[in-house]
Amino acid sequence: MVHLYNLTLQKSSGINAAVYGNFSASKAQEIVVLRNKVVELLRPDESGRVQSVTSVEAFGIARSIATLRLAGANRDYLVLGSDSGRVVVLQFDKEKNAFVKVHQETYGKTGCRRIVPGQFLCADPKGRAICLGAVEKNKLVYVMNRDNEANLTISSPLEANKSHTIVFHMCALDCGLDNPIFAAIELDYGDADADPSGEAVAEAQKHLTYYELDLGLNHVVRKWSEPIDNGANHLIPVPGGSDGPGGVLVCCENFVIYRHQNHDEVRAVIPRRNSLAADRGVLIVSSASHRSKNSFFFLAQSEYGDIYKLTIDYSGETVSEVKVKYFDTIPPCVSLCVLKTGFLFAASEFGNHALYQFAGIGDDDAVESSSASLMETEEGYEPVFFDPRPLTNLYTIDTIDSLCPVLDMQAHNLTEEEMPQLYTLCGTGARSSLRILRQGIAMNELAMSPLPGQPNAIFTVKKSSSEEYDSYIIVSFLNATLVLSIGDTVSEVNDSGILGTTTTLQACLMSDESLLQIHPGGLRHIKADKRINEWRTPGRKQISKCTCNSKQVVIALTGGEVIYFELDSAGQLIEVEKLETSGDIACLDIGPVPEGALRNRFLAMGSYDGTVRVMSLNPDDCLQTLAVQALKGSAPSSLLVLQTAGTESTQGGLLLNVGMANGVLIRATIDQVSGQLSDMRMRFLGARAPKLVRTSVRGAPALVALSSRPWLGYSEKGTFVLAPISYVPLEEVCSFNSEQCPEGVVAISNQTLRIASIERLGENFNQTTVKLRYTPRAMSANPDTKMVALIESDQCTVPVGEREGPEATPADEAPETNDEDEEEAKMLPVEQFGAPKSSPGTWAACVRIVDPKEAKSTFVLELHKSEAALSLCHVFLTGPNELLLAVGTAVNLTFAPRNCDGGFIHLYRYGNDGRTLNLVHSTPTDGPVGALCGYKGHLLAGVNNSLRIYDYGKKKLLRKVENRNFPNFITTLHAAGDRIYVGDVQESIHYVKYKADEGSIYIFADDTKPRYITATLPLDYDTLAGADKFGNIFVNRLPKDVSEDMDDDPTGGKNIYSQGVLNGAPNKSETSAQTYIGETVCALTKGALQPGGIEIIMYGTFMGGIGCLLPFSSRSEIEFFTHLEMHMRQEAPSIVGRDHMAFRSYYAPVKNVIDGDLCEQFGALPADVQRRIAEEMDRTPGEILKKLEQVRSVAI
Amino acid sequence: MASAADRLNITSQLEHLQSRHVGTGHPDATRHEWAVNIHRDSYASYVSHHPMAMYFAVANGESVGRMKYEFTQKMLLPCGLPPDLEEE
Repeated sequence: MVHLYNLTLQKSSGINAAVYGNFSASKAQEIVVLRNKVVELLRPDESGRVQSVTSVEAFGIARSIATLRLAGANRDYLVLGSDSGRVVVLQFDKEKNAFVKVHQETYGKTGCRRIVPGQFLCADPKGRAICLGAVEKNKLVYVMNRDNEANLTISSPLEANKSHTIVFHMCALDCGLDNPIFAAIELDYGDADADPSGEAVAEAQKHLTYYELDLGLNHVVRKWSEPIDNGANHLIPVPGGSDGPGGVLVCCENFVIYRHQNHDEVRAVIPRRNSLAADRGVLIVSSASHRSKNSFFFLAQSEYGDIYKLTIDYSGETVSEVKVKYFDTIPPCVSLCVLKTGFLFAASEFGNHALYQFAGIGDDDAVESSSASLMETEEGYEPVFFDPRPLTNLYTIDTIDSLCPVLDMQAHNLTEEEMPQLYTLCGTGARSSLRILRQGIAMNELAMSPLPGQPNAIFTVKKSSSEEYDSYIIVSFLNATLVLSIGDTVSEVNDSGILGTTTTLQACLMSDESLLQIHPGGLRHIKADKRINEWRTPGRKQISKCTCNSKQVVIALTGGEVIYFELDSAGQLIEVEKLETSGDIACLDIGPVPEGALRNRFLAMGSYDGTVRVMSLNPDDCLQTLAVQALKGSAPSSLLVLQTAGTESTQGGLLLNVGMANGVLIRATIDQVSGQLSDMRMRFLGARAPKLVRTSVRGAPALVALSSRPWLGYSEKGTFVLAPISYVPLEEVCSFNSEQCPEGVVAISNQTLRIASIERLGENFNQTTVKLRYTPRAMSANPDTKMVALIESDQCTVPVGEREGPEATPADEAPETNDEDEEEAKMLPVEQFGAPKSSPGTWAACVRIVDPKEAKSTFVLELHKSEAALSLCHVFLTGPNELLLAVGTAVNLTFAPRNCDGGFIHLYRYGNDGRTLNLVHSTPTDGPVGALCGYKGHLLAGVNNSLRIYDYGKKKLLRKVENRNFPNFITTLHAAGDRIYVGDVQESIHYVKYKADEGSIYIFADDTKPRYITATLPLDYDTLAGADKFGNIFVNRLPKDVSEDMDDDPTGGKNIYSQGVLNGAPNKSETSAQTYIGETVCALTKGALQPGGIEIIMYGTFMGGIGCLLPFSSRSEIEFFTHLEMHMRQEAPSIVGRDHMAFRSYYAPVKNVIDGDLCEQFGALPADVQRRIAEEMDRTPGEILKKLEQVRSVAI
Repeated sequence: MASAADRLNITSQLEHLQSRHVGTGHPDATRHEWAVNIHRDSYASYVSHHPMAMYFAVANGESVGRMKYEFTQKMLLPCGLPPDLEEE
């Protein structure tokens, strides 16, 4: 039985809802985004880069979000609607840096159901009530109040149900201090269901309904319901009370209508693009409102991405005019948030999100339609037209990378690196891309300059301890030292007092503002007034190793003598103690002086005999050994004592990090009192001995380890994380603080000086992007030439060659701008406006070859005649005896129901350089070619519900064998031996046998569960992993006896089991593992992400998340994690109130899969809870954390 | 044997259930009623599960907002007109 450990490697980057508010403090400009099952708080920093403040895995599906602010308060509560059947009110706790649950009220069944509220959520602007709505019928209103201690209270729910009613959208009206009112767009289907003539359907009318919460009587009444335009889909509340006329703007297809009780409707058309076909509507999909002291306006975005500014002319409570003005165009968003500081946060439906700054508020002469100039003709209302233009009112400040949606992902090592890369097909339409993901934190390089010669060390020093930023960079060469002063530019200076004619071992600022330079000949102490005190080494001895902090200096002389100095109150370096050791010292380290203390108590010292000692620096037992640790196999080469930041729940610890000559990093905990070492952990970092350097991450101490690749170690939520950095190999590094680059590093790599900073911490992958022109659908790597072939197709899209205007240049062909001054995030017209639309059922598609080494397309072949490319594979065919590329297509494909005018299998031959394609021939098929796979010199093709084996022919492929007995539509194909594994679009995996001598293929086993397969991955001869479109991942296995029978039986089991079982194949496969991921999974791949590591299953989700399933290796490990998971289910309740086990068993009971994301929350639990769990498991919390880290390090 | 009162009670309980939980079946449900109910459930599920709506949007080359709107709209008449019962 397989047992798997499910771990998220990169959390989903797509967003399904976002809301603006002040959560951590009043006036804090913050955005909370829902990433389907993650709640995350974002905050733009001073430079406008959006930073993640905190992110919580919800273990439930967070669907809707609203902010709630009590009258007079200056911070917002967060209300969440989810699939838990509960409403949750959260508050952000600044100390804990986490969301804290204030209220959790159960109201209904779990799951995203039709009549269970949670889909719509709105809060009264005065914070007096919230309303939750379901897609149909049910609405619940909770009255919010505060008690005597100013705590938020929540009432029991008041129902406002109406049966047979579908709800399109809901909003809370702004009606000042009158009773709260919630508005909803409703459609009654009661009559339509009962009327067979169809009249009722034709007459079905949407209504705008007001639900009033009577605070005095404490009940909800259906106050007002009026018919509205049948295209209504979105509501925007208009400020009321003293700020405006109240009421709502009803966004309908093509119109914006102002409605309010006792008020006539005021209608304006939404301007439409000139290029838009007449039969296409314009639908508003997201909106935001902006209010200042005496004015307000709304931004509403259409499905094509055009943003309109909506304004209202009114006097008193009478609205005279509604104006809709073209504002700007950005990619379509799920949510728009206007920040009070003049920013617009745009959470894209697909692809990268962005933060824009307002450059104007639409006061230009853009196209405007108004209710006053509305013209009604016989064919309806007269439309208003415009052409989209480059951004004028907005400009991009920051873009936030998002992989959403991941359509396919494969792990290959095509560029011959240490680790395989993940080739990921992302995005849709004109913003599609192939992203090559490499493991590691990305570095943002700010400067690079060549150096004269090869430096052997680099240091940064401040002028005085009160200064925020570093003042000097000191670069040490073999026999010289260069001092660079940091200002607006970096320039060499000579007045620093640093001795320039020798190499420098260490330089640092002492606590009395003096500068200390340690060189082989001695110590050079440069006082603040530039007086210089020199201490010289005795005799012919030289300083070999040294370490210092702001008050203490320890040096080791050649021969093994260790001398300890301390800075006294007069600013003199006094020799305190001396120690003779038997051999040379390999490395030394003391941590910084703890705040308020006189000295750091511990010195770490490593010798070439393979031991590490912890020594005391207290006056009473100075340089006495407190602890000794012998290290197996190798000698220490670098040491670092790190004080990790504690969180509220876990105390910070003192960590001794040892870089070993064999490339292993050892980490041990130093007891703060006795100095004893415990809890040793090892990690292989690379082929070179790691060199450890102190730095800081988010203000907390951290370390950089330089091996064959650099690594960063930092504390994250109470656990210490060691993550690779995806950057060039570095020889020397030192932390660097400057105004442009807080918490950066200055590094030396191959005779160049580089200044770089860490990009968005917590992202485990570094991306290289290759732009594409249509939505990528599938890819295949060429094993010989190491090129990637991929297919792209888009429905309703004008093919690139037929486009006109600014959108004609596809993103993948745009000339590269090398101009540094140009904003990096500048969008091409086609990325900004989206590809021009054509009618449904028409397709644009292409086949592309990408060179992964250069990350560039080498060849693009457009398909014509509305062909949609659906599948491809590299296939070795008998006949030509070479590797060809097969592409399966469908012509005029439409869905629901699936229909097409036949399809083709195109066969391509690579050009001589392996970078181009030539068509060999095309074979027409009678249906869409959903899957292709090479098989023993033949080509396997899934055409509709039939599986075929094709042979190579001169003019076209020759159909050899066919089986038409598959239930619906073949989506995936794999083959091994004489077995073929077929994934059906609705009916899970089928195991098929091919008998070459009989020329027959037949299904001998299938699954008992109906699974809507999106991806499959063969694990071994009998086992497949699969994913379905509802978000499950499962492992399906053929029972051993069935598998053996099949192979032993000369008839292949054909005759014995001629009869099927349960309307299917004679044998049934078993589910050996299953879990719910929560997001549609379209990509499965396997590979080892660690040098010498085991192969793991990796998956990519539609929300842009990447996760993995690790196989467990031992029974005891399985038991350990099963227990831990059980405890965590009890102790770490979901933030949306969903039961963990129920969530992971959403569609089918979770089986043999441990939720690693849940287990890893152990580190964030309060210390006493950790201890309690550990006790029940007969372990210590440290052991559990160590185990968690171990299993994680297999993957990342 | 259940008494008449019990039977009444069960019927009223069932009625209560049917009014409270849309889609609770009854012995006389027609094929069409059943299908309509299933389809409405499906559409509601597509709207509520954002990744599902995205999945359809990518297939159709439309925006997610448009897909969600169309799904909600389709809940009105998911399986065509109801059959004329009197004719059968």
